[in-house]
Amino acid sequence: MAILVGSNTKLVVQGITGKSGAFHTRACMAYGTKVVAGVTPARGGEMFDDKVPVFDTVAEARKATGCNVSMIFVPPAFAADAILEAVDAGVELVVCITEGIPVLDMMRVRVAMQGCGSTLIGPNCPGIITPGVCKIGIMPGYIHKPGGVGVVSRSGTLTYEAVWQLSERGYGQSTCIGIGGDPIHGLSHIDCIRMFNEDPGTEAIIMIGEIGGTDEEEAADYIKAHVRKPVAAFIAGATAPPGRRMGHAGAIITGGKGTAQAKIKALEAAGIAVAPTPAQMGETIIKAMGR
Amino acid sequence: MNIHEYQAQELLNRFEVPTPRGKAASTADEAEAAARWLGVNTMVVKAQIHAGGRGKGTFKSGLKGGVQLCKTTAQVREIAGQMLGQVLVTKQTGAEGRLVRKVMVAEAKEIERELYVAILLDRARGCPMLLASIHGGMDIEAVAEEHPDSIVRESIHPALGLQPYQTRKIARRLGFPASQTRAACSLLHSLYQAFIKLDCNLVEINPLVVTKGGEVLALDAKFGFDDNALFRHPEVVELRDVNEEDPREVEASKIGLNYIGLDGDIGCMVNGAGLAMSTMDIIKFYGGNPANFLDVGGGADEEQVTGAFKILLADKRTKAVLVNIFGGIMKCDVIAQGIINAAKAVGMKVPLVVRLEGTNVEEGRRMLKESGLALQAATDLADAARRAVEAAKGA
Repeated sequence: MAILVGSNTKLVVQGITGKSGAFHTRACMAYGTKVVAGVTPARGGEMFDDKVPVFDTVAEARKATGCNVSMIFVPPAFAADAILEAVDAGVELVVCITEGIPVLDMMRVRVAMQGCGSTLIGPNCPGIITPGVCKIGIMPGYIHKPGGVGVVSRSGTLTYEAVWQLSERGYGQSTCIGIGGDPIHGLSHIDCIRMFNEDPGTEAIIMIGEIGGTDEEEAADYIKAHVRKPVAAFIAGATAPPGRRMGHAGAIITGGKGTAQAKIKALEAAGIAVAPTPAQMGETIIKAMGR
Repeated sequence: MNIHEYQAQELLNRFEVPTPRGKAASTADEAEAAARWLGVNTMVVKAQIHAGGRGKGTFKSGLKGGVQLCKTTAQVREIAGQMLGQVLVTKQTGAEGRLVRKVMVAEAKEIERELYVAILLDRARGCPMLLASIHGGMDIEAVAEEHPDSIVRESIHPALGLQPYQTRKIARRLGFPASQTRAACSLLHSLYQAFIKLDCNLVEINPLVVTKGGEVLALDAKFGFDDNALFRHPEVVELRDVNEEDPREVEASKIGLNYIGLDGDIGCMVNGAGLAMSTMDIIKFYGGNPANFLDVGGGADEEQVTGAFKILLADKRTKAVLVNIFGGIMKCDVIAQGIINAAKAVGMKVPLVVRLEGTNVEEGRRMLKESGLALQAATDLADAARRAVEAAKGA
């Protein structure tokens, strides 16, 4: 068992003919992901690597192949439009890898997606993987191992670090989700934790957060109230200088929340085991699992 | 990216946000001409640097105050001449201070009230938020502490924009009399236009003043721009002043790297922002101090890695270098080649600790070994941090 993606996933890649789109599509296919279509405007009718039909629009790709998940590698200036196109075509899950999308674009996408049936992961994220079954994104497949730990993270390489620590110690993962590092994004920590909590295949959960925003604090409240599975966490940025991204007015809106210290405090108050260093993420969850 | 006060004022005026009239000057002659152009009896000369606390700052020449009132054009000329080319030290510049290359000459207004207004991105709600208070001219964090009830928050719907009823509501809360309400509302609408059209994540007016003559003016402004949106704002990029930035950061930005200078002595090169931040954290945890945050990203090529490594080595504070790479997209052999190139070009004078994992790791490790570079290969993240801290202490 796993969440969001599995053997029923039929993937369409938006931006399949671009340099990184093509590279990572091949890696996903090699991992076993069913890539059924690609989309690049004005390239419809071509075949990608003689295996995957390319369409001009997501709507045509969906009609012809029944694709239900999209992976987006479209450049930042056009990525918001690409997300909306996938949503309009009725694609159920949209995974946006693109880094560097203007935040006001994402603000409009978020409003436009309210009440629609699609779910967004990202942007600026490594993607999602159900080990051994389906990889959608840019993470190195080989470090993963099928198992029972659900991983949700705002960071890419830090997730690899956590996954590696688990796999090295013999603990596999149910699903690993990178929710992305942008201020406005799709699925949040809470959304993923709720799904992991309801997934019978997930025994324990690792949440990897960063400074900024209040996602982790909200997740802590949720975990305390609803989650009975073991949960461990790590927060990156305890030593980051303040005010480098936003001025004083940003701090006030969250009522002093958003620092690593505040997040760690909220997590510990909710009974969550917090790894003191990034080198101890694996052992912290293993200990919380009581093994 | 930060901009100067005179540039912020020009941007505000472009969006029809009223400010006191003013002009920037690079020489005493220009300052005098600006004063003549203003044609008023009270003027203010303000040193232009990217740091706060200018009014209370002191020049290394002995002159006190980076913001000075003047009564005559001759006085403006004299004061501007004393500020330009001199180094101003404020509580935000550190002891080294900043060289003043420009001053702003503006009309000085008689002030009746000082207020606070800002529009910023509320990430939790995913929309812009207008923040205001009747307590202006002081740090908003201090206001939040001393007068929390005075802070007005108004969420703005991203699709609708700031609505007239919202500005009227805020104007009432800020105590504007009927005669000033129209001007106040109009200023708020203009400010919102600037926020949206320039892709900002913050526009802060502190203070927003009401003059004795009843005008509503933005006296000082702070802009926060969305770096991701700069590609569609050449008019904003143009305002960048690299003289005001950390030279290490300027170098890094030239080769497209994400670098933030810190004041420790362990240079770090990491891939991915989350891992880069955690690498700083673990260095601190083991008692060391990072010299920088450096994310070489996923797509960096050999040249960028070489460039990044040169920046680390050029920093005189660096006593040890820690390379921590978990190759996903980034391939370990590319990192290894970059390190070897840079070390050959500039010479390794400090201890180097390398931790490689992920894509093409065997190849990368072999290349480093065969290069004959003196380095310590770490087995994992904790081991790498301990070794780097140890090495920096020993150096």
